[in-house]
Amino acid sequence: MNSTLKYDLVVIGGGPAGMAAALEAKKNGVGKIIILERAETLGGILEQCIHTGFGLHYFGEELSGPEYAHKFIELVEQSDIDVKTDTMVISISKERMVTAVNNQDGFIQIDATAVILAMGCRERARGALDIAGSRASGVMTAGAAQKFVNIDGYMPGKKIVILGSGDIGLIMARRMTLEGAQVKMVCELMPYSGGLTRNIVQCLDDFDIPLKLSCTVIEVHGTERVEGITIAQVDENRNVIDGTQEFVECDTLLLSVGLIPENELSKQIDIDMDPITSGPVVNEMRQTSLPGVFACGNVLQVHDLVDYVTTESQIAGLGAAKYISNPNNDDSRYAFTKGGDGVRYIVPQKVNINSKEEIKLYFRVADVYLKSKFVVSVGDEVLIEKRKQKFAPGEMENATLTLEMLEKIKENDEIVISIKER
Amino acid sequence: MIKEMICVACPLGCQLKVTLDENDAVTNVTGNTCKRGVEYAHTECTNPTRSLTTTVKVEGGRLPVIPVKSSAALPKGLLFESMSVINDTCIKAPVKIGDVVVKNILNSGIDILATAPIDVCN
Repeated sequence: MNSTLKYDLVVIGGGPAGMAAALEAKKNGVGKIIILERAETLGGILEQCIHTGFGLHYFGEELSGPEYAHKFIELVEQSDIDVKTDTMVISISKERMVTAVNNQDGFIQIDATAVILAMGCRERARGALDIAGSRASGVMTAGAAQKFVNIDGYMPGKKIVILGSGDIGLIMARRMTLEGAQVKMVCELMPYSGGLTRNIVQCLDDFDIPLKLSCTVIEVHGTERVEGITIAQVDENRNVIDGTQEFVECDTLLLSVGLIPENELSKQIDIDMDPITSGPVVNEMRQTSLPGVFACGNVLQVHDLVDYVTTESQIAGLGAAKYISNPNNDDSRYAFTKGGDGVRYIVPQKVNINSKEEIKLYFRVADVYLKSKFVVSVGDEVLIEKRKQKFAPGEMENATLTLEMLEKIKENDEIVISIKER
Repeated sequence: MIKEMICVACPLGCQLKVTLDENDAVTNVTGNTCKRGVEYAHTECTNPTRSLTTTVKVEGGRLPVIPVKSSAALPKGLLFESMSVINDTCIKAPVKIGDVVVKNILNSGIDILATAPIDVCN
């Protein structure tokens, strides 16, 4: 196909972020919208997350991943939003020309008024970890194992060790155990788990699976297939403590060691990136530094709850709709958000002080803090103070800037959020 | 006897100390920050339940398995037995979300329901 297609909005990625953004843009009057999805179906990673716990915030009921996804898939199918699955976007230009390929159309070029980046994230793999040893089969990410078991219907191993205690690792410990595998342990480099406490109870304690904190995998053994691994304790600087090495027999090592936003396309158009989130720098409507290009979901920041992905993506969808209706009308004057003591990052990174709506700031803390409070301040003025029993890096926090607060903020001010003892 | 447990009623995760008498009845709960901790300790010590999600084999669909869940939380002791019932089950496409895959599993009064649709595929 040689002719260029013309769309008001191109959404790259058909997971929860892309679907919610497209639907919200449609609701706000955008005419021609297309979602481009690399996989065979819409739904993204939710399709393989068969456990429950999704939707408590957004729908007020506890759903499995596929159930959550299908609520949005149905809405997309009922709408006049175009969808191309099995379609890989290979480039975007600063003029918002999107180039994609698939088996049916071959080469596709779409001229878009606005683009929403919703490509999600991928897992960190073994290559990022410097684990010594052979390249025996049986080392894979927890998400890859999840796909093997939940979508393809077969078990990738019998005796399992999991490195990393984020929620995916914990969920897979239970899943593999229920399917008859022996999960020997979950090792966690940090002195605390990155997962929700309820997942530690329901996925590990329920099945007597030990969680080894400050512990890592330093070597993989085996030639054809993994035959075992060496684990070791680490000190407070995460260096291996000599003499604590221990051999553990297993045939499979699952890695749940972090997620990386998939921003290869974003980098092609030179938009400003946040080195902490590894996602684009955005304003309160989730618009990147290139007008007309928006970002939402895990490509912007890795979320722990899909409910927050939906909310964020609706903001981006609304932002894109506003842009499309009036691309040159930008009276924004920005103040900038900054993580203070104990706060790793804040999204959005800049906020329009002329905003007619209140603005919610999402942030993550750097460590576990007990009996503390977060403080939102501009200069010496404290705007918000909120106490909490516990802050943990695994749980995203939020603070709302009301219109009254926005009035007090001046252009180029720094809005700082920090954690303080109380 | 004193039993230690983590309350899962909310993300806080309070460390509970639960005192049990000789009949395993709960006599005292400490370490909780709200009353839900006490309720959790009672259920957890008398009849702990967990919801079950897994997959079931499907014939004639685009994929070899589809995801399922228990219609309510199952007694913890029935989880593995339920797994073997579900793993011995095979259903035929098409399937809709909410279709009953196993009715009244192990006479628990709880059904196993499909959580994703699957169309017939040639």
